Amino acid sequence: MAALQSTAITPEEHTKRMALQAKRLREIVITLILTPIALIWIYPFLWMVSASFKTNNEIFRSGTSLIPDQFTFENFQRAWVEANISQYFLNTALIAIGSVMLVVMTTSMMGYALGRYSFPGKRIVIGIFIATVFLPKGYTIIPIFELISNLELDGSLLGVILAQSGGANVIFILLFMGYFSQLPKELEEAAIVDGAGFLRVFFQIMLPLSKPIIATVVIMQFIASWNDFLLPLVLTLARPELRTLSVGMYAFRGEYFTDWSGMAAAATIAIIPVILLFLVMQRYFIEGIAGAVKS
Amino acid sequence: MSIPIPSNVTSGSIITSDINKRTLRQRIMDNRWIYVFMLPSLILTAMFTLYPIIASAYYSFFQWSGFTSAPYYIGIANYQEVIGDAQFWNAFKNSFVFMLTSVPIKLTLALIIAIVLNDRALRLAPIFRTMFFVPVVTTTAIVGIVMTFILSPFNGPINLALMDLGLVNRPIDFLGDPKVSLFAVVGVEIWKWLGNPMIYWLAALQTIPETLYEAAEVDGANWWRKFFFITLPLIRPFAVVILLITAVGTLNVFALVQTMTQGGPFFASEVMEVYIYRTAFGAANSMTLPRIGYASAAAVFFGLAVMVIAILQFVAARWANREKAGIAAAETTREDI
Repeated sequence: MAALQSTAITPEEHTKRMALQAKRLREIVITLILTPIALIWIYPFLWMVSASFKTNNEIFRSGTSLIPDQFTFENFQRAWVEANISQYFLNTALIAIGSVMLVVMTTSMMGYALGRYSFPGKRIVIGIFIATVFLPKGYTIIPIFELISNLELDGSLLGVILAQSGGANVIFILLFMGYFSQLPKELEEAAIVDGAGFLRVFFQIMLPLSKPIIATVVIMQFIASWNDFLLPLVLTLARPELRTLSVGMYAFRGEYFTDWSGMAAAATIAIIPVILLFLVMQRYFIEGIAGAVKS
Repeated sequence: MSIPIPSNVTSGSIITSDINKRTLRQRIMDNRWIYVFMLPSLILTAMFTLYPIIASAYYSFFQWSGFTSAPYYIGIANYQEVIGDAQFWNAFKNSFVFMLTSVPIKLTLALIIAIVLNDRALRLAPIFRTMFFVPVVTTTAIVGIVMTFILSPFNGPINLALMDLGLVNRPIDFLGDPKVSLFAVVGVEIWKWLGNPMIYWLAALQTIPETLYEAAEVDGANWWRKFFFITLPLIRPFAVVILLITAVGTLNVFALVQTMTQGGPFFASEVMEVYIYRTAFGAANSMTLPRIGYASAAAVFFGLAVMVIAILQFVAARWANREKAGIAAAETTREDI
C-alpha cells in the first residue's frame, strides 16, 4: 500500500502539478516578454551614461551602441569645472536638504494636530489644504517671484527653499495625519502621568514613532526638490551663481549646444545620485506614493 | 506636580458631553498648542499658495512690466487681450491636447503593466517595477535635455534604430517638425511619468482579496471574466482619484516642454505654463518687456479652467461612487428580504 502511494499520483495531485507547471510556464513567458521592454525603457539612461564616457566625435559615429571605444573621463572634468556643475550641485543639495528639513517639521506638526485632535476650525484648515491640490503652478509663480524679491530673499538660496516648502504639501500632511490618528492613546496618557507636556509628548514620543512616514516624506520631498525646475529657473533669472542643476544644465545647453558629451557627463552627474538614493530607499518612496492614493 | 497641558491632550476621543458645555473661547484656549503647531505650515501655505492666488488675480488688472515702471490700473483690458490672443488659445489648446493624448495612454499602459506585475507567479516583478519606475525619480529638465539628443535627427539613437529596422527612410525631426513636436513631448511625458500611475494601480490591485479570484476560478471564470467582473469594479473608486491626479499633473507640464522645444517650432508645442513663463519672464532673453499683468490674467484664466475641470471630475466621481453605494445598499436590502 505504501509503495503504491509513492509511485501512483492521485487525480488531485495531478491537477495541482499541472497548475504549478502552468504557473511556471506563465512566469517564464512573461519574463521573456518583459525583459526587452524593460531594457528599452531604461535605454535613455544607459545611453546617457555611455555617452558621458565617449568623445563628441564618437557619439556621432557609434550609433545606438552603448560601449565606448575607450573610456574618457575628461567630459566629467569639463562639466564639473567649466560648466559649473560643482556649484550647481552644491546649490541643489543645499536647497534639497533645507526644504526637506522644513517640510518634515511643518507637515509632521500639522499632521499631528489634524490627526490627533479635534478643535474649532479643523474642517476649515483641512478644506483649505484640499482645495490647493488642483492649483496649477503657473498660476502662483508670478506673485511668488515678486514676494521673494520684496522680502529681499532673491540673493540667497533661502528664497528657493521657502518657496519650495510652501506648496501646501497635502499628501505629506495626509500621511502624517493617518499615521498619528492610528497610534494608541495610552502612549500619551502614560507620558502625561510621567509629567510630559504637549511639546515633549510630540518630540520625544510621537515624532520618533513616526519614522516610517518621516522616511517617506524625506525621500519624496528630496526628489521633488531635486526635480524642480520652474521655481529655481524663475528665482535665479538674474543670479547665475544660485542656479540648480536643472537650471544650470538648461543654460549650459544654450551656450554649448554642440558639446554633447559634456552635457551627457553633466546630466549623469546630476541624475545618478538621485537614482541611487531612490534605489536604496525605494521601499519607503513607493509605499508613500501608494499610501497617498489609498488615503 | 501639575503641568499646564490642554484638557483633551489624551484624546482622539474627547468626551463629547464635556466639550458641549465649554464655550468656543474656552475650547480655543484649551487647544492653543494645537494652533501653535499648525502655524508654521499655515504661514508657509499662506505665503506661497494662498497669497499668490489672490495676488495673481490682483496683478491681472494692471499693466505692469514688473521691474521698472509702476503698475498702472487698466481694469479688464488684460483679459480682453488674452481672449483675443491667438497665441493664448494656441497654448490653451495645446495644454489640453497634451492632457487628452497623454493621460489615456499613460493610464492604460500603466494598468496593463500593473496587472502583469501583480501576478504572484512573477518572481522578478520587483525588479521590473523598479525599471519602469526609475524615470519618475529623475530630474525632468535634465531628462528633457538628454531626450533632445536621443530624438535628434542627426544620428540620435531613436532615428538610427528606426532606420536600421527599416521603419523610416529619412530621420524624423521629432522636435523640429511643427506637426510632430507636441506629440514627441507627449511620448517622453508618457515614458517619464508612467511609473506613477503604475504604482497607483498596483496599490489599488493589492486591495482586492485573492479569495475572490480563487472563488471565481472554482466557478470556471476565465481571465477576461475575472478582469471585467472582479478587477475593474473593485478598482473603480481608485480609478477616479488616479485619473484626477494624473490629469491635473499633466496640465502642469513645464520642464519637459521648455527644455525639449521651448514651445517651438513656431509655438507648435507651446503649452500654457510655457506661455505664462514666456510672457512674464521670458523677456530676460529677448528685447520685449516682461508683461506681469498680462501673464497674470492668462494664468488666472487657465487656473480657473483647470479648477473647473477638477471640480467637475470630483463631482462626477462622487456621483459615480454614490450610485455604486446605492447599488450596494439595494443589494443588501434584497438579501435581507
